[in-house]
Formats: sequence, structure tokens, C-alpha cells
Amino acid sequence: MIFTIAARELRSLFLSPLAWSILAVTLFILAYLFLSQIEAYINLQPRLATLEGAPGVADIVVAPLFADAAVVLLLITPLVTMRVLSEERRNRTLTLLFSAPLSMTEIVVGKYLGVLSFFLILLALLALMPLSLLAGTELDMGKLAAGMLGLVLVIAAFTAIGVYMSSLTEQPTVAAVTTFGLLLLLWIIDWAGNKQMDDNGALAHLSMLRHYEPLLKGLFSSADVAYYLLLIVLFIGFSIRRLDATRLQP
Amino acid sequence: MSNSALVQVEHLTRYYSLTCAVSDVSFELAKGEVLGFLGPNGAGKSSTMQMITGNLAPNAGQIRIAGVDLLDQPKRAKQEIGYLPEQPPVYRELTVDEYLLYCARLNRIPRGKTGGAIATAKDRCGLGDVGRRLIGNLSKGFQQRVGIAQAIIHIPAVVILDEPTVGLDPIQIRQIRALIRELGKDHGIILSTHILPEVQATCNRVQIIHHGKLVFADSTAGLEQRMNATSLIAAFGNAPDISSVQQVTGVDSAEQLADGRIRIHYSETNPAEALVGQSVTRQWRLHELAPERRTLEQIFIELTCSEAHVNKDAA
Repeated sequence: MIFTIAARELRSLFLSPLAWSILAVTLFILAYLFLSQIEAYINLQPRLATLEGAPGVADIVVAPLFADAAVVLLLITPLVTMRVLSEERRNRTLTLLFSAPLSMTEIVVGKYLGVLSFFLILLALLALMPLSLLAGTELDMGKLAAGMLGLVLVIAAFTAIGVYMSSLTEQPTVAAVTTFGLLLLLWIIDWAGNKQMDDNGALAHLSMLRHYEPLLKGLFSSADVAYYLLLIVLFIGFSIRRLDATRLQP
Repeated sequence: MSNSALVQVEHLTRYYSLTCAVSDVSFELAKGEVLGFLGPNGAGKSSTMQMITGNLAPNAGQIRIAGVDLLDQPKRAKQEIGYLPEQPPVYRELTVDEYLLYCARLNRIPRGKTGGAIATAKDRCGLGDVGRRLIGNLSKGFQQRVGIAQAIIHIPAVVILDEPTVGLDPIQIRQIRALIRELGKDHGIILSTHILPEVQATCNRVQIIHHGKLVFADSTAGLEQRMNATSLIAAFGNAPDISSVQQVTGVDSAEQLADGRIRIHYSETNPAEALVGQSVTRQWRLHELAPERRTLEQIFIELTCSEAHVNKDAA
């Protein structure tokens, strides 16, 4: 049942020009970043060759690419998630789901997985860029995998937040704005406070960026993964509660 | 009462903040019944229907669908419900076939049977030719039919239709009414409307709701009885005095109408025969005699305009 809803969500995304244009624009920008990173690597290469244990392609090309990709995703997630529940509410099609033998959890998780699979397609296309380097050079697959895991977790958390924001309102644009605001806040929240104590500060623990950076360096820590999983579960839970509350509304 | 009731609603109450939208509504629906739900705008028809279909949580009361409590086991209860809300819940970007396939899946129709279920639903709603068209490009009437097809695709025990003929042309309205009567043979149907003749045409039971309360609940036959008013309209070529008409056996009172006709009120025995007899013997030259029927509108207005009637007739 979850997959029926997820499949329809994904299908509907691709039936609108929005998904295609987002894919095209995002991949164009990421490809540009990728190529400029390659160029930087080529310029550095003569000097790197003389160094012992020099950083490889994964450090100089893949890590910055993925770091930028997360920021680009932060910008586009609200555009994709904004309509997921708000539009159903607005077009009164939510009634169809409410009257069918479905639990709220199935509806929310189905919707969530539908949008997430759109982003996973985007990430798969993105992953092809560094993988194409395998044709000419060696790649630290461990670091690539860690970076990819990080990116998947980041986008999964973004989507969960987006779905929740979409469940709050009938206006897709309001959902987009609030999603963007919350995502950006969670991204930069550790900028507050002074730099001396920031490593262990509470705000640093809340920052999505702080939990993403180690993965880009190839450092897998269960605390970082747990942070993202908690975020996802939390916001999906919120969405379910929120949807349930529509029936109780005064 | 009986366990065979498809829908049992007991003491349903719902507040929107301080406004009471539905107040202590109880009724039952048995198999093969078409229940018409009448009421002016904002009377609580839609709220009641939303509660029966699980789209709105009641503040108090109990709803059982085919014996299953909707609030305790929503999934099981909802399997037996097909619901067409006021606005058909259709996705404009899908084709009719895609949409119905999605509905079939949502309602857990086994994979092998979806094709048949979609074909049957389309056939019943007259959607045979538009299967491959986008719902967004269809006319309002066809969208409404898609909405009905969606409600009956899983052959639920109870079909709940909220103003199903709104926005349709007269031919489509006739078709939809015929469809409702046909569905009524093996489903229980609740139909909300404010079009009164529709109730007479399709329903075999009527409930009138006003200010959230049931003010009338009876079979259509009972309603007909109420409509048989106790008066006659007569026109004479050689009009007699009112007083002489009043002397005819069975006549309680008579009044002269503006157009020269006479309205005759009676209580027990119908004075029509006596009146004809008198007319012949006394040469009144009666040329028109008709029982005056109250229309459903009149009953409706009577019930909904006077607060005093509240709950008097609720069964």
C-alpha cells in the first residue's frame, strides 16, 4: 500500500514539467561544479605528484562536489516537497486517501518515499559524474561511498522536513518558504556562538552541516548517522500526527 | 436494532469550536435502502457524511459500518465505504484509467481483479470512451462520474454520495439517478442533496437535517402520505355561495380563491363524491376538481423554518 502511494507520487512528479526542469537545472549546475573541480585538480596535479600521501581525486573532486551538492539540494528540496500534502489538501483529494482503508502512517510514509525516490534518482545521476573518472584514474571508493551515504542521509532529512512543512498548510508556496527557512537554519545553526567552544556546543550538535562534513572526509560515525535517522523519524512522526489532526480540527 | 444494518449511527455530535454542526444524530441504513439526506446549506449534511467516512472525527457518538466500529477499526470499516465528497477527489494530471487503477489499489482490490473492477465501474458510470483521457480535460459532469466510479470500484457495502448531481446536465442527472437506483439494489446508499425532486425520484427513505438535528425521518411512502394534504380545489361554471359549499357533507370549511376557484378543507372523509353529487343536483356545473397536494418543498420549508419542530418527527 505504501508503495502504491509512493509510485503514484513519483509518477505525478514526472508528469509535471517541474520534476524534469529541476533535474535538468540541478544536474547542469552540478556538472559545471564537477568540471571546475576537475580543472582545479589538473592544475594541482604537478604539485601533488611530488607529495607523499597526497590527497587523491576523491578528496579534491568528490568531497567539494558533494558538499556543494548538499547546498544545491537545500535550495531545491522545498520546490519538490512543497506540494506533496498541501496540494492534496487544497484540491480536496486527501479525502480519497482518508476514505480508503489506509492508516495515516501509510499515507505519510508512502508520500515520503515517493518524493525521496525522486531525489535518489537525482543522486544516482550525480554519482555517475565521479564514477566516470574511473575510466581514467583510480578512485577511493570508500570515501565516495561515505560521501554518497552522507548525501542520501542529508536529502532524506531534507525531504522529511519538507513533507512535514507541506502537511501544515494548504498553500504550496508557504510550505516551500517555511521548509527553506528551517533547512537553512538547521544548516547554519552552529554559526552562532564563538568558535572556541563550538566543537562541543549544543548548537553544533543540531547542525546538519556538522554531521555531514565528517562523512565527506570518509569518516563514518554512527552518531552522525543516528542524527539524521532521528531527524527523519521525528519529522515523519510529526507529519503523521499533523495529518491525523486534520480530522479533529475545530 | 438489528445487526444487519449496514450503517449504524448513534448520538453523533460534532462541534466546530463553539458552533454545533451536528447534534445527537442517530440513524440506521439497511441493505437495499437509498437514504436521502436533505437540508438547507450548512445544516450539517456534509459534516455527518464526513464523519461516517472517517474524514472528520466526531466529538461524541458511535459509527458502525457493517458492524465494525469506524473509530476502533478504521481500516476494516473503511473497506466497506465508498465516498464521493462534494468535490470529486480526482487527480487532474492522471487519465481516467490510471486514476481508477490507483483507487483500486488503494482499496486493496487483489491484483488479478483490478482490470475487471475498473471495467465494471467504468461501464456503470458510462465512462467507457474516456478511459484514456486526462481527468483535467474532462467536463464537470464526467469528472463527477469519475468520482462516482471511484466510490463504487471496490463494491463497498455502503456508498455515500454528497450532492452527486451538482453541475450535471439534465440527461446526465437522469443517468446518475438511474445509476443510484440500480446501485441501491445491492448496496446501501446515503445521498445528500438539496434538490427535492431528486429525493422523490431516487430514495426510499428521507431524512431532513436542520441546524445539525434530525427534524424528519421517514420512508418516502410516509412522506407521500404527509404530502397528501386535506384539501380540494374546485372550479365551477355556476359558482355557488361559500356557505352552501360548506354544507356539503364532510366539508370543514371552504374559501374563495382569487382566481374564482374554491378551496375546500376536510378532515376525515373526502367530500369529493358528495360535492360532485351536489353539483349535479344543484347545477353548479363543476368542471374542475383536484386534490391539493403539498409539495416536498412545502414540507421542507415547514420543517426547516420553524424551530419548534426540532426532533418532533425524528424516529
